[in-house]
Amino acid sequence: MSTVTEPAPTQAAEPRRARTTDRARQERSLGWKLAGPAFVVMLAVTAYPIANALWLSLFDYRLTDPTNRRFVFLKNYVVILGDPIWWRAVGVTLLITVITVVVELVIGFGLALVMNKALSLIRPVLRTVILIPYAIITVVSAFAWQFAFSNTSGFVNDWFSFLPGISETTDWFGGFWSSLAVICASEIWKTTPFISLLLLAGLAQVPEEMQEAAQVDGATWWQRMYKVTIPNMKAAIMVAVLFRTLDAFRVFDNVFIMTAGAQGTETVSLLAYRQTITRVEIGMGSAVSVLLFLCVVLISFVFVKGFRINLAQARGEG
Amino acid sequence: MGAISGRERAAWLIGGLVIFVYALFPVAWIVSLSFKSPADLTNKKFLPTSFTKVNYEQILTGGAKDLFLPALRNSIGIALIATFISVILAMFCAYAIARLNFPGRRLILTTALAVSIFPVISIVTPLFNLWREIGLYDTWAGLIIPYLSLTLPISIWTLSAFFREIPWEMEQAAQVDGATSWQAFRKVIVPLAAPGVFTTAIIAFFIAWNDFVYGISLTSTNAARPVPAALAFFTGSSQFEEPTGAISAAAVIVTIPVVVLVLLFQRRIVAGLTNGAVKG
Repeated sequence: MSTVTEPAPTQAAEPRRARTTDRARQERSLGWKLAGPAFVVMLAVTAYPIANALWLSLFDYRLTDPTNRRFVFLKNYVVILGDPIWWRAVGVTLLITVITVVVELVIGFGLALVMNKALSLIRPVLRTVILIPYAIITVVSAFAWQFAFSNTSGFVNDWFSFLPGISETTDWFGGFWSSLAVICASEIWKTTPFISLLLLAGLAQVPEEMQEAAQVDGATWWQRMYKVTIPNMKAAIMVAVLFRTLDAFRVFDNVFIMTAGAQGTETVSLLAYRQTITRVEIGMGSAVSVLLFLCVVLISFVFVKGFRINLAQARGEG
Repeated sequence: MGAISGRERAAWLIGGLVIFVYALFPVAWIVSLSFKSPADLTNKKFLPTSFTKVNYEQILTGGAKDLFLPALRNSIGIALIATFISVILAMFCAYAIARLNFPGRRLILTTALAVSIFPVISIVTPLFNLWREIGLYDTWAGLIIPYLSLTLPISIWTLSAFFREIPWEMEQAAQVDGATSWQAFRKVIVPLAAPGVFTTAIIAFFIAWNDFVYGISLTSTNAARPVPAALAFFTGSSQFEEPTGAISAAAVIVTIPVVVLVLLFQRRIVAGLTNGAVKG
């Protein structure tokens, strides 16, 4: 760790003591020597590429035709924002995000309640099994769900053929809504454990005395839930929802495996992938990437301002 | 909450059972699928009528060997190296954040947070172009470097949370006894921090192991393509045969290390995930 990084100039704002002692100066220098490399690497792997994408997005640039690279300023953005393909992808992405986050919040809360109250005998078992979906590769989960619903290898049609609209030959991936349902189901299965673990940690912070006082006062289970439990774990809920929303908005693996964007299920990430990697339209792909990035920034901004989440505090930095 | 009645007890047991089925059902399905014979694959039943190893043979010694084995090697190598680098960097960084007073601590944590919400696909476009120009496309390094954007932020957050819980008085005592900050760090803190570092490494490894976007975008051959990306390119042994069985067998194999880690270290993983995210 011999890399020495200059302290960022903007950080000099911290009140300077009149005479910096040797010890403080040594601590400061050691601090940046230790933290600097990680900081520099984080910037190098993200800030540089996004700046580069911003620059490339101003060009008409196709990888297979590099000599015709032309500066077109904002034309790529005008083309994308005027194209229904972009808006459809945004709509699908938002739809997947809203459905999965809402359902995950409900299921995740249920799982957290059970784990919180489960008998001590089975609690370790539950904590272990709940981690398995979290740890499994998204692509594997996507294949498992795809094969289950497939009308050649799947058991779902066979098991649920008593329901109206489902028969041996139902093609789940032949239409928009049914494809979307399977994509969402897989996404929900995989990421609910993360939400429920965060909510479980939040539940542990609800003061027991308040619960008991409410119970003594004759509050019903629902009243205690709404008046005591949920308000006390607001921070944990908000953090869980924010992180999952940002995560869901970037959905890619599940859609790529199950439909590859067919039946109108193309998401924004998939659109960026198709423009860049499949069509090698670097300029246009970069513009889509930048727009996706801006969407994510916008979502974070809305959450932080609109719901007044102090992220740093929620993450323990208060 | 008072004594638990028999009915309540039964209710929580059923709740537990629901969680158990919820978490394991799709896993059980893919395992079952991986043991089905080609004739069984389309029988629309959950369980195979007879167990067969044919799918495993196909990916380990048969037709799909050249696709799966190099991918497995790439995945293990790339994920381990990326985990190692990010845990080392994060360890020093988190120590400084938890322990030392220096301007810029908040800036570093905010940067880590910002990087962790970064859409991966936005980084892919410029990297795809740049990697082609400088020759990192389709190499191990070409994946290890972007993987740091996934593993480093969570490592820094999780480790800072762990480091804050370490009783630092011991380090001060060592410093009073004449040790420098560096000596105190190495002799006293490193052994205490080891469990947290280990947990962080497991979580970072899960994340690197799970990557798909970088894997399919920044590789084109067996030279660097990791398993999740290779799975997407599996084909059957003939064009009339669906690769369902082979994919299932490969999926089971890449799931084994993950399940083993979860079984061995569940308590630590839960602590690591929730500490970093909620409590700090």
